[in-house]
Amino acid sequence: MRTTRTVAGIAVLTLALGACGGAGESDGGGGQAATDSAVGVTKDTVVIGTHQPLTGPAAPGYSKISAGARAVYQAINDGGGINGRKIDYRVEDDGYNPTKTVEVVKKLVLQDKVFAIVGGLGTPTHSKVVDYLNTEGVPDLLVSSGALAWDNPQKAPMTFGYQVDYTREGKVQGKYIKDHFAGKKIGYFTQNDDVGRDTQAGLDQFVKDQAVVRQGYDSANTDVTPQLSALKAAGAEVVVCACIPAFTALAILAAAKIGYHPQFVVSSIGADPATLAGLLQDFAKRGGASVSSGQLLAGLIGTGYLPDVAQTSDPWVAYFKGIHDKYIAKEPFTNTVLFGMVQAYTFGQALKAAGPDPTRQKVVDAMSSGVLKGPGLTPFGFSKDSHAGYTGAYVFKINPDTTTTVIQPPAVTDRGTGAITPYAGERATPEQVNLLSK
Amino acid sequence: MSVRTELPETRVDTPEKRRALPPLLVHALAALGALAVIVALTLVTDEFTNLRIATIGYYLIAVAGLTLLTGLTGQVSLGHGAFMFIGAYTVALLVRRVPSFPLWADLLLASAAGGLAGLLAGAAAARLRGPYLAGATLALAVGLPALTRRFPDLLGGSNGLSFTVHSRPAAVVGVVPELRWQTWIVWLSVLVALVLVVNIVRGRLGRDFRAVRDDEVAAALGGIAVGRTKILAFLVSAVCGGLAGGLQAFLLGTAAPGSFTPALSLSLLAAVVLGGLGSLWGALWGAVALVYFQAWSEDLADVLHLNTDVANNLPLAVYGVILIVVVLAFPRGIQGGFQWLRGLLRRSAEQKEIHENH
Amino acid sequence: MQDFFDLTLGGISAGAVYAALGLALVIIYRATRVVNFAQPALALISTYLAYSVTKATGSYWLGFAVAIVAGTVLGVATERLLIRPLRHRSELSSIIVTLGLLLVLQAVAGMIWSNEPLAFPYAFDFRGRFSANDLFVVLVVLAIAAVVLVVFKYTPLGLRMRAAAFAPEVARTLGVRVGLMLTAGWGLAAAVGSLAGLLATPPFLFPNVLDGVFVYALTAAVLGGLDNPLGTIAGGFVLGVGLSYVSGYLGPEMVTIAALAILVVVLTLRPAGLFGRAKVRRV
Repeated sequence: MRTTRTVAGIAVLTLALGACGGAGESDGGGGQAATDSAVGVTKDTVVIGTHQPLTGPAAPGYSKISAGARAVYQAINDGGGINGRKIDYRVEDDGYNPTKTVEVVKKLVLQDKVFAIVGGLGTPTHSKVVDYLNTEGVPDLLVSSGALAWDNPQKAPMTFGYQVDYTREGKVQGKYIKDHFAGKKIGYFTQNDDVGRDTQAGLDQFVKDQAVVRQGYDSANTDVTPQLSALKAAGAEVVVCACIPAFTALAILAAAKIGYHPQFVVSSIGADPATLAGLLQDFAKRGGASVSSGQLLAGLIGTGYLPDVAQTSDPWVAYFKGIHDKYIAKEPFTNTVLFGMVQAYTFGQALKAAGPDPTRQKVVDAMSSGVLKGPGLTPFGFSKDSHAGYTGAYVFKINPDTTTTVIQPPAVTDRGTGAITPYAGERATPEQVNLLSK
Repeated sequence: MSVRTELPETRVDTPEKRRALPPLLVHALAALGALAVIVALTLVTDEFTNLRIATIGYYLIAVAGLTLLTGLTGQVSLGHGAFMFIGAYTVALLVRRVPSFPLWADLLLASAAGGLAGLLAGAAAARLRGPYLAGATLALAVGLPALTRRFPDLLGGSNGLSFTVHSRPAAVVGVVPELRWQTWIVWLSVLVALVLVVNIVRGRLGRDFRAVRDDEVAAALGGIAVGRTKILAFLVSAVCGGLAGGLQAFLLGTAAPGSFTPALSLSLLAAVVLGGLGSLWGALWGAVALVYFQAWSEDLADVLHLNTDVANNLPLAVYGVILIVVVLAFPRGIQGGFQWLRGLLRRSAEQKEIHENH
Repeated sequence: MQDFFDLTLGGISAGAVYAALGLALVIIYRATRVVNFAQPALALISTYLAYSVTKATGSYWLGFAVAIVAGTVLGVATERLLIRPLRHRSELSSIIVTLGLLLVLQAVAGMIWSNEPLAFPYAFDFRGRFSANDLFVVLVVLAIAAVVLVVFKYTPLGLRMRAAAFAPEVARTLGVRVGLMLTAGWGLAAAVGSLAGLLATPPFLFPNVLDGVFVYALTAAVLGGLDNPLGTIAGGFVLGVGLSYVSGYLGPEMVTIAALAILVVVLTLRPAGLFGRAKVRRV
């Protein structure tokens, strides 16, 4: 008897779990948080946070981005900060684990009381906190991923992209291939996620009928010889590689292994010549002259939106090299580090544009005002209606000495089916932006 | 080959005959008390600590399930994260595809899905011993999440699924913060499940589990169906895993393959050992340790201002050292430490009594 | 058809590496009934040392030798410091301790050499459908397997090691220094493991590089029978070739699921692996 009653009691408690209707339906709670708050801003500091994969299987390739960003924040702070406020940059390691991402972002927001999240890295990770950050009214700026989802001002007004999205980049690549490799057979070698899917969406607008083979790779499986064999077997003369750097290098090595010499066209995320040359350098020493990293990389075509670190004459590269040499001289100066530096610098610009008394709303307004101009070779898409980051790319070729030559100047486009147009806008110089002056 | 099973004795308080209340009621009352404590705790702590309390909650039920399987039945599973994976995806799919389902139904189905998987895994594993079972369950933890990449349209590929679960009744919106409410729901579910688990452990099935662990042949001679008992242990344990995964999905609004790596499974097992093998109290300490050791080592790295390579890897190193030290120096885990302390206190009290009496 | 041929060749060289690391697990398992989860980390540290030595001296083979020696030392130290105190404890204790060691060593590697990937060279030219390096890998693994088998079967040392593992009390009364033999087993296993690491790592070295290889090596050992070195070698090659077909014909994302499926099928039919003997338990 008593047991029955207890069970009934537990059942009632359990029912309480569902007393509120469908779990997938809105409870009408939450609503838009006040965004005119200045949480995280004090008289002399602004606290910001980010989530990065510093350890674990995804750390290789990404763990130096925050090092670059930190160097720029140090430079800003040593120069007196932005409007007198120093930037307190909190980096949380999420190991590229989405569960961990949600935890650390809530920690940053609730415990560290950050003003904004800047440069949260990764699509699988960051997509899990976009809703939360927007509900809480926390600016979610310059996401380190080229997914299309960040550009959604209606649903995610606080979220802004940073790098060029994969579809825009795919369009630029597709157009270039159509113009310069007409009639050639094309193979796709893409990461099995939104990187691959969105890139193909862009490519297919131009070279769908030339594409004879599509191979995917899984980032957990480093043996890509089967895929490269399939590309070779299908007779692909041009291979578009939407890959992270390690997999670009693996693809190049696997192609060399099976005696396959296609023209590689690589997305910006995986085409950093300095990183690739570093990954491939030791094969030069052991394999003889014919497998030097220069020869493995020579002729590789890539797309980019930031200046390449090898272009030392570029005023921004020189500027960031100065910061690099002063603060993180031990780290190799790669495009990955530069990526973090430009990101930090851009946040610094937005914070400055938000005025002497920044609030969350003011920084979001500054972002969408379209005034941010700087290191990138293509412009940001930021406006009232668009939160897209860089809106286009230039095309470059790697020379035998692993420097690069621009072979198609910057062009911009949209994420839909719009045309690709050359970008002729002026780029501000470091002196014009003059972020570090008081 | 024999599996060495010199596991620490489990303290089982046999219900005293004169006790008037049936054990289920006692446990239910204890759970209600525990819920009251948790609610009180969430009211005096900030929102982020609430999240940590909730995290301890879902780890607790996962670790308790694994304790039942590994500590009580002697089956080493390196793949328990796979059951959490199933629970999390069940909730994710239900919330997204059948939004009108109430949360309790989602969680029940997540537990059931975990249980079903446990039944299959148990049936496959019942004949396996020691390291073979370990190897097979590790392969389960590695292999199962790859399903998401096989079915990207349904399961979201490597990005997984993201969603928001709404659980607050309209009446408490604006009164109770979301995270606090979620913490209550997590602990309510966990405690309901724990009552059932404790009842199993203290009942006939629990005795069968321990008999199988201690000596399979003797258990078989004693009339226990060894294979069936092992499968049941897997089933109960996987139900707990499924619920834990479902609660995690509910709490964090995410289900993604990157969350269910072998590292998760291994840390669950580490929590079982840290807390104290074979004791459900140990599961609680293990879950607390899982959440707080990591947090502390991260704070330590922050405080020490080390260079980035060292700082990035310090939490991992500290966690590893803790595992080694605990197993070498405190083989009975945190719960063993508590018991030792209690024994010490009791002895000194007794001695004091003796002194006073003389 | 060429596809099939290429996939087979690729699978053989991948399988050789699984076999080698699996062999390291089996040697330790035979000696001390411990599944050494720290094996990939011991091999990792050796491989990083090889990297540094090669970088400093320019000699790949000097780095290679240093790695084998370092691996042996690490294995011996692990047995003496961490495993010996656990010899009367449950198998779970040793699983957790080796797991802890895995985390510590991976973290240490990250602290010293950073978590970024480093280029780690192949021993020989890697180019060709079955390259000089592939041939080297397969030959080395077969040679190692042969040496290990001969040592175990026909040398006094091997006999003592087996005696120490299977009947320590009897061995002790016959004058075998049981402790020393177990340590020797760990040293030998770690040396083999380091060799496997050197062969498996190229082209890139980072702290988690051997995780996947370890999972497949354990799968190979379980497939072949943890007591059976020959079975493990066979298991490694079977797994390597099988997974290569899966990757080539079904897609790379299916590889881990396929490994699970193979394991489930084999263990359902033979719970102690393909070549393991299901021992009758003494009551």
